Amino acid sequence: MNFSKDLVAASATHLALAILNEGDSYGYAILKRVSELSDGQIQWTDGMLYPALHRLERLGYVVAEWRLSERGRRRRYYRITESGQRRLAAQRRQWQTVNDTLRRLWPSSTLDAGSGLAW
Amino acid sequence: MAADNETLKGLIDQWRSQLSRRAALRPSDLAELEGHLRDQMAALTETGLTDDEAFLVAAKRLGNLDAVSQEFAKEHSDRLWKQLVADSAPESAPARSSSVELVLVIALALAAAAAIKVPQLFGFAFFGELEEASFYARNLSFFVLPLLTGYLAWKRQLPAARRPWLALPFVVAAVLVNSYPLVPDGVTLILVALHLPIALWLVVGVAYTGGRWPWDGDWYDGYMNFIRFSGELFIYYLLIVMGGGALIGLMALLFSAIEVDASWLLLEWVAPCGAMGAVLIAAWLVEAKQSVIENIAPVLARVFTPLVALALLTFLATMLWTGQGIGAEREALIGFDLLLVLVLGLLLYSLSARDPQAPPNLFDWLTALLVVCALIADAMALTAITARITEFGFSANKTAALGENIILLVNLAWSAWLYARFLWRRSASFAALERWQTAYLPVYAGWAAVVVVAFPPVFGWK
Repeated sequence: MNFSKDLVAASATHLALAILNEGDSYGYAILKRVSELSDGQIQWTDGMLYPALHRLERLGYVVAEWRLSERGRRRRYYRITESGQRRLAAQRRQWQTVNDTLRRLWPSSTLDAGSGLAW
Repeated sequence: MAADNETLKGLIDQWRSQLSRRAALRPSDLAELEGHLRDQMAALTETGLTDDEAFLVAAKRLGNLDAVSQEFAKEHSDRLWKQLVADSAPESAPARSSSVELVLVIALALAAAAAIKVPQLFGFAFFGELEEASFYARNLSFFVLPLLTGYLAWKRQLPAARRPWLALPFVVAAVLVNSYPLVPDGVTLILVALHLPIALWLVVGVAYTGGRWPWDGDWYDGYMNFIRFSGELFIYYLLIVMGGGALIGLMALLFSAIEVDASWLLLEWVAPCGAMGAVLIAAWLVEAKQSVIENIAPVLARVFTPLVALALLTFLATMLWTGQGIGAEREALIGFDLLLVLVLGLLLYSLSARDPQAPPNLFDWLTALLVVCALIADAMALTAITARITEFGFSANKTAALGENIILLVNLAWSAWLYARFLWRRSASFAALERWQTAYLPVYAGWAAVVVVAFPPVFGWK
């Protein structure tokens, strides 16, 4: 599925924060997790994740450090901070509201039926 | 197989060297991206792809190098300040043509030079009576700052609909200070002349950042660059003024050799007009040289941070050793204000050149030491001075100086706290310090505005 650039930009940071909320991780693993969770539907340009992660770091939502993986490869691990968790909780409420509103506009029956049609 | 490994190594090296030419990418970013590339390749070869197939797919998924490095440049715009931008990829917004810009800047500089002489048409001599001098003092900001704001608004391609909002503060301020019945040789007049440019400098900042007002959400983003711009502008301006001063002195000598008195021309025309026009030329130089020449302010901050720290430590030690308290009130207060401004400047320009992601180093400890010394000295001065002020009452000067002292003290105290957290516990990121400094900018402008607007009526226009 092709997502619009705006939607990717809007959702990328929240997806990254939400995944880091499950535990510390690094860029490649975050992308893999997104792909798993969305059954491969959400695919970003991989390189774009890193400037986004650096932005989160600058805003103080995550902190980063270099660690060695089991196989001796150096990776930059990101950890969510308290302020990141607060941010995530706030974002979560906002997205929930958008989601609820869209659900009321597009009842699940029409969505299911619609997915079979060519739009 | 060995040959395969060689070609693969060559491919990755080539990919890496292509990336390393981008100014916005640091070695640690390269390492991070390369780690990603190798993880992705490892996963792909497990599914049965050969190494170079895996490389092609993984590199493609990482994305177009131009687009990715532009995204990095957006996030790390600070990095573009110090280095030549090597990649030829154009910015997303079409840049203004440089020859058009040069013509505009020269025109604006001439306009600023002419503006300072316009009042003379209406009988306000530049070196005239007290009344006339007071007119120039209160209006000094309006000869050049609106033009500078206009230049930056043009340069940032600010939408026409948002430009009137930039003009509004100038209009309000001009009406206000000219309708105030300020006593020509009064203290409040001098306070207005000193504080108005500080308040209006924030409007210049709004133009510089492309229309970000303090109440906008992403306020922090552009203002570290504005701090850099202000520091460089100050230094370029000083250099130009010093050069101009030397030239004026030389011309005076030459004219006196042929026994022609040119001092009226040099002092009434060349000096004031040059001083006004030089602001715009300096601003243009900073904009044009931003990515070509190493910033000067951070270099000076590096040189002077250890020196000022040493000087302050000596001062504190002497004060403790002799047991001498802090004496004379107003001069001492202004002296400590200047000290805090100096320390804040050193802190700001050390911050502005630092890679926010680097771990703490020796220089950070030194800067923290400097801030703490300044805090101790100022706290001692402040307790001595406040005791005296409450005894002898508040004058306009003392109140302004005291307000500034408290504002700077609060800034430095919180900076010291953030620094301590950064140095010891690594719990605060360095970016928190940057954010604090940019978020604090409206406080200076706000206090300056209070002094301009409220002090004259409160202290009886004197």
